[in-house]
Amino acid sequence: MRRAHWVVLMALLGATWASFAFLSLDLGQLASLEALGQMWRYVAAFFPPDLSRPYLARVGVGTLETLAISATGTALAAVLGLLLAVPAAGRFGPLPRAAARLLLNFLRSIPELVWAALMVIAAGPFAGTLALAWHTAGVIGRLFAETLENAPQEPAQALQLTGGRAPLAFLYGTMPNVVPQLVAYSLYRWEINIRMAAILGVVGAGGLGQLLYVSLSLFQQPQALTVIIAMLLLVALVDGASAWLRQRLAG
Amino acid sequence: MRMRDPAALPRAALTIFVLLLLVPAFSLTEFNPGVLFEARSRETMGKFIASFFPLATSPEFLRLVMRSTLETLAIATAGMAIALVLACPLAVVVARSLSISRIGPGPGYLAGRILRVPARFLLMFFRSVPEIVWALLFVRAVGLGPAAGVLAIGVAYGGMLGKVYSEILESNDTRPTTALLETGSGRIEAFFYGTWPVVLPELVSYSVYRWECAVRASVIMGFVGAGGLGQQMELSMRMLNGGEVSTILIVFLLLVVLADALSALLRKVTA
Repeated sequence: MRRAHWVVLMALLGATWASFAFLSLDLGQLASLEALGQMWRYVAAFFPPDLSRPYLARVGVGTLETLAISATGTALAAVLGLLLAVPAAGRFGPLPRAAARLLLNFLRSIPELVWAALMVIAAGPFAGTLALAWHTAGVIGRLFAETLENAPQEPAQALQLTGGRAPLAFLYGTMPNVVPQLVAYSLYRWEINIRMAAILGVVGAGGLGQLLYVSLSLFQQPQALTVIIAMLLLVALVDGASAWLRQRLAG
Repeated sequence: MRMRDPAALPRAALTIFVLLLLVPAFSLTEFNPGVLFEARSRETMGKFIASFFPLATSPEFLRLVMRSTLETLAIATAGMAIALVLACPLAVVVARSLSISRIGPGPGYLAGRILRVPARFLLMFFRSVPEIVWALLFVRAVGLGPAAGVLAIGVAYGGMLGKVYSEILESNDTRPTTALLETGSGRIEAFFYGTWPVVLPELVSYSVYRWECAVRASVIMGFVGAGGLGQQMELSMRMLNGGEVSTILIVFLLLVVLADALSALLRKVTA
């Protein structure tokens, strides 16, 4: 090991010790028999999960709501992202380009959950949809802008040189080249957003997360476990479906 | 001469089809952009946004934000320490590169197989429950405050680190380890002389990257009461104090940039 390694190692150990001290966390107390027993009773209260018909129906609605939030949020983000990507790709000159990029960076650097907490006037699933839309628009817009910048210019130029107007040249010269990529990006973000929509409700934005939050607040642990199982199933299904589709499309 | 677009009809049909698919989604999400433009909500929103400026810069509040920022960093660091304690043994158990029975008949074949299954399952369980759900559960179990955040990061990141560590142990050059094991060295020696030097840089750089993610995660977990900057922001949001919210948002963005820079520096030093 070099000397730099030792310095880094010592600094890390020091930082870890300082963190525990700063939070006045006592690991011994957290791992004491009494605390472990309490934790065990808490965990045991979750079993068995609530599988009664009416609750399963509510979880089903929550799952549909989660899917709907992710789909609408992603669709809105795709539209907004495309609208911002055109100026961000420099189609209207350098000043709008810089402004659009700044806006995209801002949208992107605030996480979905923070956006959801900031949506004060909309409540429930609509707040979740908007939160997903803002963050995803930032991500997608940037990717779209890069795609537009890298797209071949010749087809649009040819159209303009033969007398086509600029918007039509963009629609018929540039768009056909980039649409497959835009669709692929949007679908990929949709996949990520399903996972995010499942937990956004924890800050009050509808879907499965809200059910979980409510049941935990009412100390209905069996119902909470049902929701957690539904979340895990949903994510596993989405993962499986996307892997299957990818294999299909690639092969 | 005006030309008609020959592909117009199929394109319009496809667009309408997708929109029709979205219609039930619109109703399920209570999609109502009108809400954004109603006079009353526009007033609320306008007031809220207007209250973002000027930033809250009173010395007491800044001191509070400073404390929460340090708390967030401490939660991320302490959480990572717990995650490492969970992940390292599980990763070594799950990884097959140190198995002696792999290279020939030997003791421990059955034990290895039996031990590996629950270890794998545990890692999968830890990482598939999202970190904010862990935070919510731990807030209920140990109460509001940073301890819940530390435990949530410890468990969720323990699962992630364990999986990635075991993959790193298996995917790097395993020939030195295998050579040592084949010439009769014990597993501990084989690990420290054969595996460790090969995998160290990758382990360190991945762990540092995860620490950076933990900083972001610990801010967000604060929203459900797990301490740090997020909890402070939640409080300010509840009181609709825009000035405080915008100060915290700026501190959050700075913190992310700073963690990013620090992690890049650490990775460069240790690479």
